[in-house]
Amino acid sequence: METFAFYLFSILIVGLFCVTVMSRNILYAMTSLAAGMVLISGLFFLLGADFLGVVQLIVYVGAVMALYAFGMMFFDATGTVKENNTPATTVFLLGGLSAVVLVVIFAAPAIGGNVHALYPTPEGATNPQAVGLVLFTKYLIPFEVAAVMLLVAMIAGIILAGKKMDKSLSRMKDESAVSEKDVK
Amino acid sequence: MIGLGHYLILAALLFSIGLVGVIRRKNLLMLFFATEIMLNAANVAFAAISSYYHDLSGQMFAFFIIAVAASEVAVGLGLLILLYKKYGTLDLDNFTMLKG
Repeated sequence: METFAFYLFSILIVGLFCVTVMSRNILYAMTSLAAGMVLISGLFFLLGADFLGVVQLIVYVGAVMALYAFGMMFFDATGTVKENNTPATTVFLLGGLSAVVLVVIFAAPAIGGNVHALYPTPEGATNPQAVGLVLFTKYLIPFEVAAVMLLVAMIAGIILAGKKMDKSLSRMKDESAVSEKDVK
Repeated sequence: MIGLGHYLILAALLFSIGLVGVIRRKNLLMLFFATEIMLNAANVAFAAISSYYHDLSGQMFAFFIIAVAASEVAVGLGLLILLYKKYGTLDLDNFTMLKG
C-alpha cells in the first residue's frame, strides 16, 4: 500500500511540475503547482512527518498560492506568455547535469552511512509533540529569527505592493517620465 | 517497503525539473514557480532523511525552508508588482538596462 501510494504520488508530482515548467499559460502553471504541493504534503504524511505535512498544506497551498493568485490580479494572466526560451537541448543537458552533481554531493554522506541522529525522535511521542519538543529547545533561536524575518517580509510586502496603489498606471508612467527628465 | 534512495531520487528529479525551469523560463513569475519547485524538492529530501534516520533536525530545516519561501514570495511579489507597474512586462529580456 505504501509502495503504491509513493509511486502514485511521485508520478503525479513529477507530471504536474513538468506542466508548471513547460506551460505557456500562467494560470495552468499556478494551478498545477498548487496541486503538486498538495501531493508533496501527501509524501510528508507517508514519511510520518505529520506536522510538516499540515504546515505544507497551510503555508504553501494556502498562503503562498493565495498570494500568487492575488499577485496575478496585477498581471495580465489570461493570455499565453510570449517568451523566447533558451534552446531546449542545452537547457536539459545543463539542468540535468548540475542537478545530478548537486544531489550526489549532498546525498553522499547519507549514502555512505556517516550520519548519526543528533536529536533522536523521543520515545512514545507523536510527531507534533516531538516537533514541539525539539523546536522549542534546540531550535529556539532560529525559530525567533524566522519570526523576525517573517515580520520584515510582511512589512516589505506591504510597502512595496501598497505604494502608489491609489494611482492609475498611465498616470504613473507620466510621473516617472517627468521625474526622469528632472534627473537629466 | 520503500527505501531512502527512492525518496532521494524523487527529490533529485524534482530539483532538476525546477532547475530546468529556472534556466529555460524568461518570465519572472515562471521563474518564481520554478524556485518554489526547487525548494519543495529540498523539503522532500530533508523529510525523507529525517524519517529514515529518526532525527528531527531534517524536519526543522524543512520548517525553516518553508518560512524562507513564504517571506521570499511576499517580498518578491511586491517587487514584481512594482516592476510590472513601471515597465508593463515581466520578461527578463526587457530588463537589460544594466548592460550599458
